[in-house]
Amino acid sequence: MNVRTKRTVNTTIGVILTAIMLFPLYWMINVSLTQPVRLRKDPPDLIPIDPTFDGYARVLQDQLPYLGTSLIVGLGTVALTLALSAPAAFALAKLRPRGGGAVDFVMLIAQMIPGIIMAMGFYLIFFNWGILDSVLGLILADSTLAVPFGVLIFTAFMSGIPEELMSAAKIDGAGAWRSFRSVVLPISRNSVVTVSLFTFLWSWSDFLFASTVNRGGELQPITIGIYRYIGNNTQDWNAIMATAVVASIPAAVLLVVAQRYVAAGVTAGAVK
Amino acid sequence: MTAMQTVPRTGTGGGTDPRRGVAPTPGATRPAERRAERPAQRSQRLRHQFVAWGFIAPVAIYMIVFYAYPLFRNLDLSFRDYTLASFITGEAPFVGIANYVEVLRSPTFWPALGSTAVFTLGSIAVQFALGLALAVFFYRRFPLSTTLRALFLVPWLLPLLVSASIWAWMLNSDSGVVNAALAVFGISQVNWLTSPQTSMIGVLIANIWIGIPFNLVIMYAGLQNIPDEVYEASSLDGANAWQTFWRITFPMLRPVSAITLLLGLIYTLKVFDIIWIMTRGGPGDSSTTFAIWSYRLGFGGGSPDLSPAAAVGNLLIVIAFVFGIIYIRTQRRTEDEL
Repeated sequence: MNVRTKRTVNTTIGVILTAIMLFPLYWMINVSLTQPVRLRKDPPDLIPIDPTFDGYARVLQDQLPYLGTSLIVGLGTVALTLALSAPAAFALAKLRPRGGGAVDFVMLIAQMIPGIIMAMGFYLIFFNWGILDSVLGLILADSTLAVPFGVLIFTAFMSGIPEELMSAAKIDGAGAWRSFRSVVLPISRNSVVTVSLFTFLWSWSDFLFASTVNRGGELQPITIGIYRYIGNNTQDWNAIMATAVVASIPAAVLLVVAQRYVAAGVTAGAVK
Repeated sequence: MTAMQTVPRTGTGGGTDPRRGVAPTPGATRPAERRAERPAQRSQRLRHQFVAWGFIAPVAIYMIVFYAYPLFRNLDLSFRDYTLASFITGEAPFVGIANYVEVLRSPTFWPALGSTAVFTLGSIAVQFALGLALAVFFYRRFPLSTTLRALFLVPWLLPLLVSASIWAWMLNSDSGVVNAALAVFGISQVNWLTSPQTSMIGVLIANIWIGIPFNLVIMYAGLQNIPDEVYEASSLDGANAWQTFWRITFPMLRPVSAITLLLGLIYTLKVFDIIWIMTRGGPGDSSTTFAIWSYRLGFGGGSPDLSPAAAVGNLLIVIAFVFGIIYIRTQRRTEDEL
């Protein structure tokens, strides 16, 4: 076999493997376009014959408030996570105080705590504070998914910034805060994007905290919106899958717009 | 950025040498002034520590309020009898280890422990094997390989609830596409999620699908760190592809593999969304892991049994921490070897 045929064979196998891997996504889109009456057919339609957009119409009709809440919670979580983790990482990477290693260690351990345990603690605490079933409570809970990750990613990145830059800033009379704001933060733009993207995605995808600390709230995120659809007896899978497609949009955007950040986040996410 | 570069680095990060960050004062280089500068230098060093901790303080306070405190409340909860009345009165009687005894004696305990083990080990074993095989395949670098590898990431980025919903419908007994495909091969209807014999397999399939991308990416990064010369030497020695994989690639991937497997273990122990959406731990207790059991006791509907739920959660955390410590030790050792 010459090199060219070998390559063609590899590409063919690769395409087939990818098609198998992504089949569930195709199926989600297929079902989201299939008439509910055709859904119980056996065998099911492999392509949406006589497609319907009723499922999407129902999403617009029922799910917009949920999508809006998810957007607000996601952005709030990103803001909180960046504000907390970037300055701390700057200090850990560049100012290196005594006890910094312990902070790193705590961040690693924190990521291993199962969410259900956190959820129960938050439930009691938020009840006492009167922020149970609120957007603020959900943002605070969701931020715990991302803050340790943010600190570790920023620390790793900022450690790579040359000391000379720091010294130069110092000679120019910049204090620690000025060095952080004007030198380190602009250079760390890529890691800011990576941390923001993953934080948003995790918060957008969260179901555990939404279904515990915000189970009775007026403003609920999209994961609860889908869960309500699944939970009610009609089991309208056409609408469920249409909502699932819409809920997947941030992930799709992320992959298209920011693919290199994603790869960086996954590998660096070995600490996640 | 590769796993090998970032993982060990984040392992220790800054702070291993507390003095390195202290910039020498200009005056310190002049011997005549050194003695006089000492108190000033000390105060400057103190100031430096003070400034650095000023940056860390918000996160430190955050970690205490939003990590340590919830954990403490959870621990406290597990030693009390917290009922609906407790929400109103704010009081719950201390009952010692009664909740733990109740949990250990519960008929759900042994099945849940078994399910947790099967789900966790089954997931990571298959995810890892498939992830590694795919990484080796994509490492051949053929046209489109980068694009296809990127597409493999999609399942990992989807909300877990979305993935679980898709699989729940695909594995539906009557109208699911999986059973329709099996029917083509003459296999009769499998009640994936509604029969106690197969519900665990059903949730395992979904969880493995979600975990493949992570394993693929990490193992691919591991492959990139094997120097090309090693392969050249092996091909000069006349080794075939199979021998090269088992004698060279696989042994050289050992450190990365250990980290990937341990991380997989820690994160699979936590899995909640997938199982809850697909089976709610049922039918019966057939797919109830510790995470599901804890949630079901606390928030699964009916009257909340928060105290036993906390006890189950704390048992889970002990298991997670044991593997967590092993992970951190392995990671540090890997770093030393590099």
